[in-house]
Amino acid sequence: MDALELRKTVVEELMRIAPELEEGELAGSRPLREQVDLDSMDWLNFLVALHERLKVEIPEADYAKLVRLDDIVAYLKSKQA
Amino acid sequence: MIEFKLPALGSDMEEGKLLEWKAKPGDKVKRGDVVAVVDTSKAAVEVEIWEEGTMHEWIVQPGETVPIGAVLALLLAPGENPETAVRPEIAPVRPAAAPAPVAAPAAAAPAPGARRRISPAARKHAEDLGVNLDAVEGTGPGGAVTVEDIERAAKAAPPRRSAPPLLGEEGKAVQPTLDRAAEMRRAIALAMSRSKREIPHYYLSETISLARAAAWLEAENARRPMTGRLLMAVLTLKAVALACKACPDMNGHFRDGRFAPSAAVHAGVAISLRQGGLIAPGIHDVQAKSLSELMRNLADLVKRARAGSLRSSEMSDPTITVTNLGEGGVESVFGVIYPPQVAIVGFGTIARRPWVEDGEVRIAPAVVASLSADHRASDGHRGALFLAEIARLLQQPEKL
Repeated sequence: MDALELRKTVVEELMRIAPELEEGELAGSRPLREQVDLDSMDWLNFLVALHERLKVEIPEADYAKLVRLDDIVAYLKSKQA
Repeated sequence: MIEFKLPALGSDMEEGKLLEWKAKPGDKVKRGDVVAVVDTSKAAVEVEIWEEGTMHEWIVQPGETVPIGAVLALLLAPGENPETAVRPEIAPVRPAAAPAPVAAPAAAAPAPGARRRISPAARKHAEDLGVNLDAVEGTGPGGAVTVEDIERAAKAAPPRRSAPPLLGEEGKAVQPTLDRAAEMRRAIALAMSRSKREIPHYYLSETISLARAAAWLEAENARRPMTGRLLMAVLTLKAVALACKACPDMNGHFRDGRFAPSAAVHAGVAISLRQGGLIAPGIHDVQAKSLSELMRNLADLVKRARAGSLRSSEMSDPTITVTNLGEGGVESVFGVIYPPQVAIVGFGTIARRPWVEDGEVRIAPAVVASLSADHRASDGHRGALFLAEIARLLQQPEKL
C-alpha cells in the first residue's frame, strides 16, 4: 500500500471512530488529538482497527511517535516495508 | 398472570416509547431475555424481563408512549392456563404526552420532621404508578396513606412529569420529537436538578501516584496481544469497586429516606456521546470480574452506548458511578451524584508530577481522584477512608 492509500485507510478508520469528522478538516501536520476528540478508548479502538486491517503490530511504546496524521502514515509505511 | 411493566431506565426517565416487541404472544421467555425495545430520550433500550413465562397479550403497541410503571404486556406464569388464568384489571394508559404544569415541590412537601405513615404496600404501589407520595393525602388511621389513596391520586393526576414544556420564541411549544439533543439535555437537567435539590453533596479529593500502576500496565500490555490491551480506566474502575467492599456506605441506593447498601458493585460509567450529552450505564458485578473481562465489558458498553443500544438492567441498577472526565484534559472533576445512588468518583487527567516518596522527589504519573458523596448516607471521614482505600489498591495493581 502506498502512502496515499495508507492515508485513506487511516482517515476511514478515524471517521468510523469519530463520525462527526469531515475529511477536509484534517491537517496532516497538526497533532491528531488536537483536531479529533479521542479518549484513550477511542485511540485504542482506532489502533486495533488499523492493526486488524493492515496486519501491523503497534506496541504501546510507539504511541509517542504517532502524534500527527503524517506520522501515523509514515509509521505504518515503515512497518509494512 | 405476570404484569410486565415499563421499568425506570435511569432516574432521568419519566416515560418511554415502545419501539418494538421482541416476544410475540405464545413465545416462551426466561429471566434476562430481551422482550421489548423502548426509546427513552437518551437511547433505544432493550428491556429485559426478570420472570419466566409465556407472552400472552400486548397491552401497549409499538409507537405508544407510556409512563414508567405502565403495564406493557401480560404473560402467563409457568403452569398457568390461558383459559383459567385470572386477567388482572389494568387501568387504561393515559397518554404521557400531555405535559402537566410543574407542582412547586415546596408546597407539597410535608413539614420538616413530620414522618408520614405509609404502608409498604402503598409505597410500592406509588412507585409502580409513578405517584408522588408527597402530594397524596392520607385517609387511613392517623392520616396514614393507604393503597386506595395512591390509586385515587393516580387517577386524579396525569402522569408525573416535572419538566416544563420546551418553549420556543413567542412562547410557542417546540416540537420535542424533532430534536433528540434537546430531549437529552432536558433529561439530564431533570436528573441533575433532582440530585442538587435532594442530595446534600460533600466533596473530597486526593492526588494518587500511578507510578506502580502505570509500570505494571506497561509491562502487562507489552505481553498482551493488541486486542487484549488494558486501559488505566479499567484499573481505576476495579479499584473503586474493591474499595466499596471496605466502605459499603458509598455503594447502593438511597430510597424512601433510607440508604440500602448493595453487596454487588454495579458501576455506572459516564460516557459522553459524540453528538453531545451523557449517559451512565452500568457494568455489573465489577468487584468480581477480572481486568480482562472488565476491559471487554467497558469497550462493549462504550460502543453500544454510542450506537444507542443499551439494556434495561444497565440503565436501571448502577449502584455507584465513575467518571473519567480527565480524558478531556481537566485536572479534576467533582461529579453530580446520579440519584438514587449516593456517590460518584471522578478521575482527572493523568499527568507527570513531582512526587515525594521515601524522602526523595521523583517524577511520577499521578491522578486527582475525587469523591462526591451523599451526606445522608455517609460522613466525610468515611469518604476519606474510601479515597485512601482506592489509593492503596492502586499501589498494588497486580492484585486488582
